[in-house]
Amino acid sequence: MENILGRVLPDYIEGYGEVKPFSGAFSNLGVKGKSQVFVKCVSPRDVKLLNSIREALEKCEIKDGMTVSFHHHLRNGDYVLNMVMDEIANMGIKDIKVAASSIFPVHAPLVEHIKNGVVTGIYANYMSGPVAEAVSKGLLKYPAIMHTHGGRARAIESGDLKIDIAFIAAPTCDEYGNINGVYGPSACGSLGYAIPDAMYAKRVVAITDNLVSYPACPIEISQEYVDFIVKVDSIGDPKGIVSGTTKITKDPVGLKIAKMAAQVIEASGLLKDGFSFQTGAGGISLAVAKYVRDLMKNKGIKGSFAAGGITGYIVDMFEEGLFEALFDVQCFDLKAVESYRRNVAHQGMSASLYGNPHNKGAVVNRLDVMILGATEIDLDFNVNVTTGSDGIIMGGSGGHSDTAAGSKLAIVVTKLLKGRLPIVVDKVTTVTTPGETIDVVVTERGIAVNPKRQDLIEKLKNTNLPIMTIEELKSIAEKMVGVPEKIEFDDKIVAVVEYRDGTVIDVVKKVKE
Amino acid sequence: MKIVNPAKAGSLESNDIFIMVFPNEKGIEIELESIVIKQFGKKIRKVIEDTLKELEVENVKVIAKDRGALDYTIKARVETAIRRAM
Amino acid sequence: MKLRRTMLFMPGNNPGMIQNAPILGADSIILDLEDAVSLDEKDAARLLVKNALETLDFTGCEVVVRINSIKSDFGYDDLNVIARVKPDAILVPKATEEDIEEIDEILSTIEREEKFKLGSIKLIPLVETALGLENIRETILASKRNIAVLLGAEDLTADMGIKRTREGNEIFYARSKVASVCRAFKIDAIDTPFADVNDIEGLIEDTKRAKAIGMTGKAAINPRQIDYIHDVFSPTMEEIMYAKRVLHAKEEALREGKGVFSLDGKMVDAPVIQRAENIIMKAKLAGIIRE
Repeated sequence: MENILGRVLPDYIEGYGEVKPFSGAFSNLGVKGKSQVFVKCVSPRDVKLLNSIREALEKCEIKDGMTVSFHHHLRNGDYVLNMVMDEIANMGIKDIKVAASSIFPVHAPLVEHIKNGVVTGIYANYMSGPVAEAVSKGLLKYPAIMHTHGGRARAIESGDLKIDIAFIAAPTCDEYGNINGVYGPSACGSLGYAIPDAMYAKRVVAITDNLVSYPACPIEISQEYVDFIVKVDSIGDPKGIVSGTTKITKDPVGLKIAKMAAQVIEASGLLKDGFSFQTGAGGISLAVAKYVRDLMKNKGIKGSFAAGGITGYIVDMFEEGLFEALFDVQCFDLKAVESYRRNVAHQGMSASLYGNPHNKGAVVNRLDVMILGATEIDLDFNVNVTTGSDGIIMGGSGGHSDTAAGSKLAIVVTKLLKGRLPIVVDKVTTVTTPGETIDVVVTERGIAVNPKRQDLIEKLKNTNLPIMTIEELKSIAEKMVGVPEKIEFDDKIVAVVEYRDGTVIDVVKKVKE
Repeated sequence: MKIVNPAKAGSLESNDIFIMVFPNEKGIEIELESIVIKQFGKKIRKVIEDTLKELEVENVKVIAKDRGALDYTIKARVETAIRRAM
Repeated sequence: MKLRRTMLFMPGNNPGMIQNAPILGADSIILDLEDAVSLDEKDAARLLVKNALETLDFTGCEVVVRINSIKSDFGYDDLNVIARVKPDAILVPKATEEDIEEIDEILSTIEREEKFKLGSIKLIPLVETALGLENIRETILASKRNIAVLLGAEDLTADMGIKRTREGNEIFYARSKVASVCRAFKIDAIDTPFADVNDIEGLIEDTKRAKAIGMTGKAAINPRQIDYIHDVFSPTMEEIMYAKRVLHAKEEALREGKGVFSLDGKMVDAPVIQRAENIIMKAKLAGIIRE
């Protein structure tokens, strides 16, 4: 069958199940149920603190076929996933499904577990590095299932994704399972992505390298959700967890794009008191914040909130009074961690509060402007951030689809060419985010507005910005680099890309050798 | 044009291509490595071949390491290497 | 009329920078075959710039190529290869009257051979020696192709054995001379680049000083400098509003058949009107106001 975007999908995928085709960004709402959780009660004399990960796995009665979950606040410095999976492998357990909110290069040891059949399934919102390459090569027994950040929360709450044991990397924890991320050698700030896991997994194990006396205030994840606690030497490498500072790019092309994106925001009329904003931590996206900051200062605008993964740069804007509050699902640098610890209005949010489409309203719904990246964008404004144009998995939605759907103005900022690769193409290799939720794409050589936003096209006509159609953008790119050859794929499906509502927006197939 | 000496041109910087040319007995031989080999391998090879043809080079071995160069750069680097090799 | 507020230097052997040059916002770009290219890469840069000019779309941006001096081993080759792909202008380092005359003739020959319009390739002499500065009038008169003079203060101060400073008092005379002579011949006077790319305040001050003396634009060595230079050389909103009022008053006077009129109690004469028209045209070209 085909979904509404014309992507060809099988009715049933082995290891995934029946396919519900994507039918529009807002077509699958209505009344939704939440999953029941069966809790093993803790009696007053029970001791939760255990001696080893092995002991925790035994007490949780790990067995073949189970689903274990991890969260990615320690990013490329994370030791927890590898420690737990190595122990599971040592125990001779097989056929494990790993539900990690994101997978990074540091998780390379997982590739061996995949080859040995210890791991047969993966759920992730984002993956890069050796694991992503192994999945792309078809080494994993079942297709990987790619969620969005909000979609993962939805899947856990609805019971679509049933977690047997959740492992929480806890920068600070007490012996009864109260957890925070703001203290300790591996402090990472907000623990937003771990919250659905803690609330809905059958068993929850906190792994900490900073065991403190009871209670570990401030409490982000509380004892009522935690079965066991294990103390280890270190849960992560601080260098990989948070960078010291996040810096604005110096690349003149990136700066030009960022400046034009800020001009689009200004022209849209959304930049006024009460303004809300989210942008990524890297490259061009963060540079947009710089120009937005200048505009807000010059015009004396007082915004409402900034959201998302929070960087020191956004903290600066908040502390200058440009925003009343911050919603933080994950801190990107030490300055953000510090602010999260100190500022009351620097508010933590769970993955569900951030972007779940099936709750009573996520924070993304309150966003005025969202700045997004793209590996590819097509003539229908569909965006790919899942695969490279060589067909290999190198990312995933993360919050991309969630924020695009929720925000009033979703702006993709990207260079028109990356090296020789054109970013604007006929059809994206993989659809991550549907074009109906993307409003504008800003490149160094021109800006294209989604034709469904005639109101915005009218507003932008009164500026000196280089507005053109997306077809024109594509032809500028092709004039410079030519038309790339099509990548050929096998029939084997290596990943299923779920939209935030749990429908299938696309599948990733194995690249032909 | 006849290739007398080995020569090189270009660099391994992004958007550039590094070209090495060597005298060859038997026609044109091209060894290409590129970060966009799947998407543009054939096209890059053709630009190299066309440039050699324009310069009337019939016997040469070319080793090319591409870092995402556009055609104008490929052409310029091949021509530079050939002129240096004469 | 073409704005030449900024002329951005780009190294001639760097493909990544060349292909992005036209989108960085500079009014002109200078693809440099001289100082930015090492001696053993002169041939490579020449061919790269040649192919770039043949293939890439530089619409909306004036393309100037700085060749090597024709007294060096590379100048004639540069000229012969580059002129055939028709840049908007050639920037001539350490230009003398004789150099400009000779280059003018070579260009005429190439233009005839390539069937380009005669005189279509322009020249910009680079004044960077004391002799060059003192002979600037003759250098300008040596060819009708000259559209601007670029002052190169680093080499000039080196030639004179004086220190180059952030404040730039040492080039006050040179700027004044270039500005005045260029104005006399109605060509642009382009100021020397500001070397410290991290000193934005210094750049703005330096640009303002150059403008105050009569320089009409400034060279840039980093894209980050462009916006700041444009800000200085573009008409201010205040100037634009006043110019609009002048032109409005003029129209009204015409309609009422008045030959002479005044605005805010001051007589408006031809130079004032001319200035107002100039400001409006510049503002349009700079994209500050729309048609």
